[in-house]
Amino acid sequence: MPNYVGKSLKRKEDPRFIQGQGKYVANLSLPGMTYLALKRSPYAHARIKNINTAKAKALPGVVAVFTGADTAEVGMLPSGWNVPGIKVPANRVLQTDKVRHVGDRVALVVAETPYIAADALDLIEVDYEPLPAVTDARQAAQPGAPLLHDSVPDNVSYTWALGNKDEVEQAFAAADHVVELELTNQRLIATAMEPRAAVAQWSPFTEEMTLWTTSQNPNLTRVVLSAFLIGVPEHKLRVISPDVGGGFGSKIPTYPEEALVPWAARKVGRPVKWVASRSESAMSDTQGRDHVTVAKLALKQDGTILALRIATWANNGAYISLVAALIPTAFYITLLSGLYKIPAIYGEMWGTLTNTVWVDAYRGAGRPEAAYVVERLVDVAAQKLGLDPVEIRRKNFIPAADFPYQTPVALQYDSGNYQGVLDKALELSGYAQLRAAQAEARKQGRLVGIGVGACIEASGPAPSKVAGALGGVTGFWESGSIRVHATGKVTVLTGAHTHGQGHETTMAQIVADQLGVDINDIDLVHGDTAVIPNGMGTYGSRSTSVGGSALVRSAEKVRAKVMKIAAHQLEAAVEDVVYDREQGKVYVKGAPSKAKTFGELAFAAYTAHNLPEGVEPGLEEDAYYDPANFTYPNSIHIAQVEVDADTGAVAIQRYAAVDDVGKVINPMIVDGQIQGGIAQGVGQALWEHGAYTADGQLLAANLMEYAVPHAAGFPMIATARTETPSPHNPLGVKGVGEMGTIASTPTIVNAVMDALAPLGVKHIDMPLTPEKVWRAIQAAQRS
Amino acid sequence: MYTTAFDYYRPQSLAEALTLLRAHPDAKVLAGGHSLLPAMKLRVSQPVALVDIGRLPGLAGITAAGGALKIGALTTHAAVAASDVVRAQCALLAQTAAQIGDQQVRNRGTLGGSLAHADPAADYPTTILALDATLHAAGPGGERTVPASAFFTGLLSTALQADELLIAVSVPVYGRGTGGAYLKHPHPASGYAVAGAAARVTVAGGKVTQVSLAIGGVTVNPVRAAAAERALAGQAPSDAAIVAAAAKAAEALRDPLSDNYASGDYRIHLATVLAKRALTQAAARAQA
Repeated sequence: MPNYVGKSLKRKEDPRFIQGQGKYVANLSLPGMTYLALKRSPYAHARIKNINTAKAKALPGVVAVFTGADTAEVGMLPSGWNVPGIKVPANRVLQTDKVRHVGDRVALVVAETPYIAADALDLIEVDYEPLPAVTDARQAAQPGAPLLHDSVPDNVSYTWALGNKDEVEQAFAAADHVVELELTNQRLIATAMEPRAAVAQWSPFTEEMTLWTTSQNPNLTRVVLSAFLIGVPEHKLRVISPDVGGGFGSKIPTYPEEALVPWAARKVGRPVKWVASRSESAMSDTQGRDHVTVAKLALKQDGTILALRIATWANNGAYISLVAALIPTAFYITLLSGLYKIPAIYGEMWGTLTNTVWVDAYRGAGRPEAAYVVERLVDVAAQKLGLDPVEIRRKNFIPAADFPYQTPVALQYDSGNYQGVLDKALELSGYAQLRAAQAEARKQGRLVGIGVGACIEASGPAPSKVAGALGGVTGFWESGSIRVHATGKVTVLTGAHTHGQGHETTMAQIVADQLGVDINDIDLVHGDTAVIPNGMGTYGSRSTSVGGSALVRSAEKVRAKVMKIAAHQLEAAVEDVVYDREQGKVYVKGAPSKAKTFGELAFAAYTAHNLPEGVEPGLEEDAYYDPANFTYPNSIHIAQVEVDADTGAVAIQRYAAVDDVGKVINPMIVDGQIQGGIAQGVGQALWEHGAYTADGQLLAANLMEYAVPHAAGFPMIATARTETPSPHNPLGVKGVGEMGTIASTPTIVNAVMDALAPLGVKHIDMPLTPEKVWRAIQAAQRS
Repeated sequence: MYTTAFDYYRPQSLAEALTLLRAHPDAKVLAGGHSLLPAMKLRVSQPVALVDIGRLPGLAGITAAGGALKIGALTTHAAVAASDVVRAQCALLAQTAAQIGDQQVRNRGTLGGSLAHADPAADYPTTILALDATLHAAGPGGERTVPASAFFTGLLSTALQADELLIAVSVPVYGRGTGGAYLKHPHPASGYAVAGAAARVTVAGGKVTQVSLAIGGVTVNPVRAAAAERALAGQAPSDAAIVAAAAKAAEALRDPLSDNYASGDYRIHLATVLAKRALTQAAARAQA
């Protein structure tokens, strides 16, 4: 029966979500619970001269008020990705000397109700001496820029470079054409539907701390809290991340609030709860992107790419977040080859500190920034050389016969068939007809554009050895455990964490097929360190390729033991029994009628009445899977837009996405990931901007100002796939969580630029708001 | 996310509501709550007391009388948008209501609440102004009426006194020969009007005999584009005449609002584009 893999099963988790029965941290209520609120800085940069908490402490219902002087015993927030030479500035959970961004932490209140806590915040008097601020990544590195930290004298926390500079320079010197582009990849606010929250309870009797928190990686959070922050030993700290409403990378880092809530719970001797408001999330969750890049492409007359060179200033915000230094280095410069055979590449970057909210992974994390640079450059080159954007891409694709393909920027692409993806995308979009219709529209003076985005991702981080060599403090394996119960029911444990991805279904499909059991007999457990001792969590489109592979390894061990027991009971050699995964039975070759069912064998494992010599009772297995390489999903998206010449407004008229994410476990979930990802990437192209004023005030700190994508802004998104299995993981899967986001941003920007091409507009920085587009049209018409 | 403490009153009658407002001059009136409560949760608004008029009898509903529709202040946007009588006799108002917020907002938000709040980016004020509506206020001295043109007195300010309640709005009905249109450029996050244009055009004998054009979102209060109206009145409603008239809408727009999404200049430009499109649609409907 099984064969669940490849079927669009409805998600096992959805009935509870649809019926409002999800269990989120904010739903948790404990006896005697108190409420924590944080006093945050209204200034982007200021010296703290004095904090007076007397009035707040005197307010009835206030349990405690603490400042940085009280929390000195809590450790510093660490960097988990230390590229060579990185300067990690001190980051206390409550600041004592200065505040360095709007929303930085200066004091906390614990009170009987959240209302009293909010009132008490208003009674805390902080005497600030405002200081000059810097918000721009490149300006921060200029001499004379305001300095954030004494320990980072030029605001440059780290630099990184990769590639062969000499070869690149020679190639540029010999090129027929050079195109150059300066572009900004703007700041984004992750805006997960559920704001961050934490609840902590300290048991003085067992000396155990329990923390419920909105994390994408509770085990990692436990390690960081225990090793660096709150001093509760790892085996006495239980971290639970129940249902979590989206993360997009912003719930990877260990946050100061995740240290302060358990610290305060122990201090006041009562459970403590903190739930961020939307505005608080906007000024305290890690944000995304924010690069300034100068990029150059060298080409031959016929459009063959010879070399690529980029320089990027990456904005880290005011402090270095947990994996911040990974994103614009090993997740960015290594991806600059795109889908193309580029003989020489050189990239260098400066990771700077500014008076803005800190920056870390955001859906795609470095890879969208790389794809955007490459795909914009290729389009500008096509325009300059008079080539169709499809033609220049096809000419430069890595041929299918060249895999595995070693790029000049460290990665070895495992597999791919980019021509095949392109052919399918041309067909799905009706590219030839779109171009014909565009020609007609242009005759009528309409601004219709067609955009192509051809992108790659390195997903499924990561081979632990590679991570270690590049600065990673931890490894990036995943754990997967299978506990078969005596009744044949199965509990599956993964160190990955689902916060929208649908793991409860996908992982169950995988295990059901591996063991030959009914999918309804399988439950997935995740997100509780008391149950799953070790895990690395979910990010980088890794859960299925790394976490799913760990489950395959566990299942192999379960099958091996089941076969031993079956062979013994069937009085045959193990080599002579067959495990029928469709039927969930084991029998002797040639005698399927005398089969033992999986349920019978599970029962036998636990009764232990008749086990072979040397086989222990029980049927549960663990595995750790460390991937041999990244996986390399790739996609070609084609969109048609029309620009309203009077207002500059952009309307998306058609969108076709062909993605190769390797073997597909659940096509419906994959389509959902792709479509949701596309919407998120279009959000960057057209609407979203975490903008700051020059003095560091965040302009879009709530959803009245910050424009996330709405369904009404999209046509139906057509999706299709090619399936080139990853050769190095047992499922053949690649990654799907970020691909849509990576590809859709350049696709839409290229489409708008194509629409404006007849006017001579070359480039507009994102988001392509109506005013910016209108002004570009006006400027083009004047010149 | 958490409001400051406030007293809460729920009067049973209009008279009681007015007495409460007199007794608590710093109180805020709560109707649908869709503007007030978010402001309170952000602690931008910290009223000491709320007078909840949401369940007062007799303040919701639509009645036709003497060439006008009288719409109770507590009538929801959804009710106005779906009302057969409004759609038939004052379609411009129904069209406007249908563009406010989203369905949930329209189910809770009220006509009176929107007008009394006087948000510069709200939709109703612009249309009310274009319709030459009459607003009915009740106060300690009884009822009085205020023309729409005198109702909005500044940013989030109206002609209502602290002890007065807006109880109804009368809009003139129109029929064949007259058309209306409300168009806006919605902010991509909030849906509020970055610029909005409400036009009502009467065409007789091939000429525009009456025209009103109001622009919202651009300035602290919506304004009538008098120069544009004068330019179009008496003309045949040709594209050229409408384009020329719409360009004059900018003359009414002094001290435009500006933010990170749209500058003042761009808002004025948008207003002229929306004015052109609204006038075109209204004229077409007038001649349909």
